[in-house]
Amino acid sequence: MERFAELLDRLVLTPSRNGKLRLIIDYFSTVPDPDRGYGLAGLTGGLDFPAIKPAMLRTLVMERVDPVLFDYSYDYVGDLAETVSLIWPSRGGGTAAPTLSEVVRRLAQASRSDAPAVMGGLLDDLSPSGRFAAIKLATGGLRVGVSARLTKQALAAFGEVDVHEIEELWHGLAPPYEPFFAWLEKRGPRPQNAALAPFRPVMLAHAVAEADFSTIRSEDYAAEWKWDGIRVQAVNQGGVRRLYSRTGDDISGAFPDLLEAMDFEGALDGELLVGDPQQRTGTFSDLQQRLNRKTVSRTMLRDYPVFMRCYDALTLDKRDIRALPYVERRELLEAFVSRLSPERFDLSPNIAFATLEELDEKRCNPLHPVIEGVMLKRKDSPYLPGRPKGPWFKWKRDPYTVDAVLMYAQRGHGKRSSFYSDYTFGVWSGPPEDPVLVPVGKAYFGFTDEELRQLDKYVRENTIERFGPVRAVRADRNHGLVLEVAFEGLQRSTRHKSGVAMRFPRISRLRWDKPAHEADRLETLEAMLPPS
Amino acid sequence: MNARQLLRSRPEGLYCPSGDFFIDPVRPVERALITHGHSDHARAGHGAVMATRETLDIMGLRYGTGFAGRMQEARLGETVTVNGVRVTFHPAGHVLGSAQISVEANGLRIVASGDYKRSRDPTCAAFEPITCDVFITEATFGLPVFTHPDPAHEISQLLTSLKQFPERTHIVGAYSLGKAQRVIALLREAGYGETIYIHGALARLCAYYEETGVPLGPLQPATVEGKADAPPAGAIVVAPPSAMDDRWSRRFADPLSCFASGWMRIRQRVRQRGVELPLIISDHADWDELTASIRDTGASEVWVTHGREEALVRWCELNGISARPLHLAGYEDEAE
Repeated sequence: MERFAELLDRLVLTPSRNGKLRLIIDYFSTVPDPDRGYGLAGLTGGLDFPAIKPAMLRTLVMERVDPVLFDYSYDYVGDLAETVSLIWPSRGGGTAAPTLSEVVRRLAQASRSDAPAVMGGLLDDLSPSGRFAAIKLATGGLRVGVSARLTKQALAAFGEVDVHEIEELWHGLAPPYEPFFAWLEKRGPRPQNAALAPFRPVMLAHAVAEADFSTIRSEDYAAEWKWDGIRVQAVNQGGVRRLYSRTGDDISGAFPDLLEAMDFEGALDGELLVGDPQQRTGTFSDLQQRLNRKTVSRTMLRDYPVFMRCYDALTLDKRDIRALPYVERRELLEAFVSRLSPERFDLSPNIAFATLEELDEKRCNPLHPVIEGVMLKRKDSPYLPGRPKGPWFKWKRDPYTVDAVLMYAQRGHGKRSSFYSDYTFGVWSGPPEDPVLVPVGKAYFGFTDEELRQLDKYVRENTIERFGPVRAVRADRNHGLVLEVAFEGLQRSTRHKSGVAMRFPRISRLRWDKPAHEADRLETLEAMLPPS
Repeated sequence: MNARQLLRSRPEGLYCPSGDFFIDPVRPVERALITHGHSDHARAGHGAVMATRETLDIMGLRYGTGFAGRMQEARLGETVTVNGVRVTFHPAGHVLGSAQISVEANGLRIVASGDYKRSRDPTCAAFEPITCDVFITEATFGLPVFTHPDPAHEISQLLTSLKQFPERTHIVGAYSLGKAQRVIALLREAGYGETIYIHGALARLCAYYEETGVPLGPLQPATVEGKADAPPAGAIVVAPPSAMDDRWSRRFADPLSCFASGWMRIRQRVRQRGVELPLIISDHADWDELTASIRDTGASEVWVTHGREEALVRWCELNGISARPLHLAGYEDEAE
């Protein structure tokens, strides 16, 4: 358990992706079976202990600790799980701390009635950081900034295999994954995926670069709109229905409405969107209402119904069609989709175009606000896993930009720990003769290393107040640094004072030349909001 | 004589009226007894200073030899009479030269702990519990959530990280008197024989520790005036905490910031400081050491000072020991 606890503590504090990968690979390389397998299950959200409830922790600790001392401590620490893990009376020495497998076994066997005793017994046997990890594991949500995808990438690097192989196998595997690790370590055969309706790795597109235009001949490519939803794969095999995210996470549970309509045999590739394909396509923020939920209420299903806009097929009626060229797959898909429920499925239409100029014109003036660009797909290309260069391109609409004023800067992490590298910026609001800045977003990339040095110097020389790692920077009508901020879209937000939230904001230019009072006003941003 | 006649708090610090001296005064006074060399306890400009040899030397290094009018060395365990008050210095285990001060008159003994810890430290003499009537304890980590792990375990985490990230310079933030030398000594005990690079602010104190017989192994300045070459990638650099976030640290290869402090027990404090590798190594007693020490002294009354007084006072009440907070101004948290 100690190694797993240490891994979690390191992961949460390691900002860089490569650093996290290295820590996870090191864990898989040095921790024996079956512990590492349960560690893997913990990282990918594959463990669930329904008998353990967060509320029992408080009761348990109160039976052991003076309530006044507990309150002083909780006030200071600010997190219940952490306070409990630290204040829990240590039994001191004697028995060896239980392994992760032992912890998982005890938690899994707990019934609702003996769960408090099981949890109490575990906390007695563990160190403070072991207790913290056990509580997080037992109550769900490790929150260490590691996605299932990143963990699979670590496994791929560890076993020197392609990540698609892992994604393809994943749903047939179960903790503690011993045959799987044996295969990764070249000690055993590749596990056979016996599960029905497995995930198949998806085909991804490259962003089109200026140099690509000289090699793209318009007659070789078909075009489709790029819709702003999430990529999904809908699979039904012999009645087993699964909806997967683009990385192979099973998200079926959150979309019973779509699952119910998946009365076909095959694997379809498309965009998950909110609305009714015949009437209305909802925005990404509508879709967000439905994302990352384990269960979904009836109101949610009514107000935010989902549908799938299909653009490809991997299998149809038990036939694997990935080797067929795009145009042939597309013909089969068109006929197939016409037989499906029109409320839940439609076909991503092709865009007619003769020249790239004509397509560019359409890209810049899309016929629908939920379109974020166009896709170019080579007519003769088979369906290939991963991101092959050439057959598929995405050509996104140009980003929105706004001129904002730097308001706060926060110190970065790792390489940037001595730099103020995370910037909160605002735009003007209120009466024009006496405007105030309201924060509208935060960005921490988009600038060069040299620009970072200039920004850091500016922050240090214009600090007016400090709050821990954050500095408030002088920003008023006559003095302030204007940042040109690029972003992909805007949505209404009740969490931000300004009422708007940006998607994917980054600093596109430093406007040393522009006076602060000439930065944009909030009204400019509000005009960019999609119609509600 | 009651205890408050023997020692009481005054704006300058803890004062003994019959002996006419202060313990760790925060302003210049005529006669000062100093527990240890940290700058919030040991200030320059007193008329007379009594302290251990090491503390006097450390004050001399920090403030210059004329830091006080007169200096008197206190030998550990030897009782000296100051205006009729019996004064004895005993080891406190905090940093090199640190002492508790026992003050005794008319059959009443008060021990002022200064800062102290109980866990093993290869760089200074270990704390000795002194039987007394009143124990004045520090309370820097006076909450039951503060439990310091074995420092050897923390050092092993640092060495593991060095293996995992051999291309990154590990900068360890450590207070320049005591913590820095302890971290270095612990690294040596763990078998780390490479050159350790130190910030300029540590140089004189590290040299002094070596002179007094605390071996620190090969040390090199981390930065040399006018020279651009930084320590090799994968080196350990020890620096005062303030230097870590400073532009000073930019010259190192992809620095990985480590911080050796008891505060690193609390995740929020770790995140606030932007630390990637927290090392829970403290020169102050943790909760269990504080409560054990109160018991060990057999004191019937406890005065709790600088830190989180209320929790320790509560613990004393629960354990039938009379206790009160003693408000003394001017002392800082460890390494903050």
